[in-house]
Amino acid sequence: MGKITGNEFLVKALREEGVEKVFGYPGACVIDIFDEIYKQDQIELVLPRHEQGLIHAADGYARSTGKVGVCLATSGPGATNLVTGIATANYDSVPLVCFTGQVATSLIGNDTFQEVDIVGVTRNIAKFVIVVRKREDLNRLIKEAFYIARSGKPGPVLLDLPKDVMAELGSDEYPDSVSIRGYKPNTKAHHGQILRAMEMIYKAKRPLFLIGGGTKISGAFDEMTKLMELLKIPVVTTIMGRGSVPTNHPLYFGNIGMHGNYAANEAVNSCDLLISIGTRFNDRITGKLGTFASKAKIIHIDIDTAAISKNVTVDVPIVGDAKEAITLMLHIAENEEKCNTERWLETMESWQKKRPIEMEEKEKLVPKQIIDAINTCYNEPIVTTDVGQNQMWTTQFLELYGKRQMLTSGGLGTMGYGLPAAIGAAIGNPGREVITICGDGGFQMNSQEMATAVIQELPITICIFNNGYLGMVRQWQDLFYGKKYAGTCLRRRKSCEHFCGNRNEKCPPYTPDFVKLAESYGAQGIRVFKKEEIIPAFEKAKAKKDGPTLIEFIIEDEELVMPMVKPGGSITDLITEREGE
Amino acid sequence: MKRRWLSLFVENRVGVLARISGLFSGKAYNIHSLTVGETEDPTMSRMTICIDADDKTFEQIKKQLNRSVEVIKVIDYTDVSIRTKEIMYIKVKSINAKQRAEIFQMAEVFRFLIKDMGKDSLLIEAIRTETKNDSILKVFKERYTNIEVVRGGPVAIECISMQDR
Repeated sequence: MGKITGNEFLVKALREEGVEKVFGYPGACVIDIFDEIYKQDQIELVLPRHEQGLIHAADGYARSTGKVGVCLATSGPGATNLVTGIATANYDSVPLVCFTGQVATSLIGNDTFQEVDIVGVTRNIAKFVIVVRKREDLNRLIKEAFYIARSGKPGPVLLDLPKDVMAELGSDEYPDSVSIRGYKPNTKAHHGQILRAMEMIYKAKRPLFLIGGGTKISGAFDEMTKLMELLKIPVVTTIMGRGSVPTNHPLYFGNIGMHGNYAANEAVNSCDLLISIGTRFNDRITGKLGTFASKAKIIHIDIDTAAISKNVTVDVPIVGDAKEAITLMLHIAENEEKCNTERWLETMESWQKKRPIEMEEKEKLVPKQIIDAINTCYNEPIVTTDVGQNQMWTTQFLELYGKRQMLTSGGLGTMGYGLPAAIGAAIGNPGREVITICGDGGFQMNSQEMATAVIQELPITICIFNNGYLGMVRQWQDLFYGKKYAGTCLRRRKSCEHFCGNRNEKCPPYTPDFVKLAESYGAQGIRVFKKEEIIPAFEKAKAKKDGPTLIEFIIEDEELVMPMVKPGGSITDLITEREGE
Repeated sequence: MKRRWLSLFVENRVGVLARISGLFSGKAYNIHSLTVGETEDPTMSRMTICIDADDKTFEQIKKQLNRSVEVIKVIDYTDVSIRTKEIMYIKVKSINAKQRAEIFQMAEVFRFLIKDMGKDSLLIEAIRTETKNDSILKVFKERYTNIEVVRGGPVAIECISMQDR
């Protein structure tokens, strides 16, 4: 056993964990770790332009590969810039390990330069956080950090590394096993409960699968598709669960919730058995709780005991990993007949036909035209979204065929997620087409990462849906606040009149010029106004193999995401158009 | 809303108390009292937490605590026979000889101890259940105007013989 410094050991431990990329930004308290990374060439350093971009990139890397994303930031501001990304990953169960530099232990508490109690700041928004106070704890804590991040319900872990502890000599041995007495995640679903669930499934007249993000995290794509086919039970998803089964499958009926489609929401309302897997029944999908699935018995499979009966009281709780539970159900289904769901499926199909999600063509571009073109021009690309209308349109119209294809900040709803997440996804999946769909607002929250995309030579297609508004909030103002667009017009200038009468021909031009912005970074920039220009723009983007292409789509100013459940309403209470239209 | 008791075994290290109390404040759960101290195993602390919550919230609290990496074990004392005591000190000031005699009499009745005295003051120590301490304090507040109180919060442990309470 040799003695090495904590800095040397950290890099060794990363190699032992099979880490290939570290998303890192240097600073005084981590300069020694950077020095160690520089000395070797197994682990590649990805340098973003801002720590928030850094952690969303690590998040996109982790979601798209299923591996742990590794972040390295310095103390103080470097660490606090990670905070939104940690909360984002925590909410969507993304495995991240964040290493933050910290001032020397003798200086902690002295209000030292770039000192922040980052463990105190992040305690309530991460799966596990700890300051490594002793060199002899470092080896074990790194091992535990990776284990905690990736096991059970995955999530972000933060290790704060004081500079003196990291400089100290200590063991070079990486532990081979982990034993944490307070953390023993249970993945095995209870067999008796699964049998009970299957009995109910075979007795049900109108059974429905509701699939959430947990199913995607467990990687049960093929298993889930096979199960719904064997049982012949229709599937609806949450936004996070979309893509668990192919979206073009005849048994798939779309998303439920605030912007879900009519058939899916009606199905939840009418089903007599709801089998939900890997969803926490977030308020955006349940709508008014008292009326949610009120005619149904509910079976709930989730790895997190705390998710069960938190928002919706369930009849059969099953704690376990989605893939393991689905596999157990498959074993039973393989030896049984299909469910008799003919009439139920006919009803659902008639709902689907009655009110599909549509979008009329208008003078300017509408988002469906662009996403339809993505469906035809690209071959199962990874698509990241930003947050807001762009995100909802993507989840409504993008076709998905499984395999971690759509990355979106579903829980926290973090604007600025799209571009850096696409960078992480592209780094983790060389050779795969990567697209990000952003609004003009969210893109600007992390637009500095254009530089990262260029220097990393990533052929990402960046789609900006530019309507000159913070569209989703504008939509609420449009529908529920008498079209008073407070703080949502991005063309508004100081010289504008207070009550401007909203968008008209006298409005100031948009800033920045996204095409020029792209070009200033050395990226390809294209502006698209007309339907005929969409596909040629995508062709140009695909032809550029050594860097990103930014395509600005000038879309209808006041296009709405429809249908919509009125906030606080039942999910069957759908608005499909503005009042009076 | 009902009063509930939890006994919590947690890792004995910096930040764990903050994690547990942060969980309660972050999720807007109402802690009535929380005591913590080291156990027979110096790497482990034990907390006694008293909570006012309805059934559903209480179930959530237990689950949320259980999923914390730092929490080793959660024991629900709601329907368990327990022994419980709280320490309370009351310093009674500006009292005359008559009042002093009265407090010595009260000590017999309420079973608290007189631990210290000055020329016009007394220090009493009550090691009773929290409810009993509540009533002792009520009496003192009614009778004396100048008092100073400190309470330790209750600690609890399961009984050995189940009848005992």
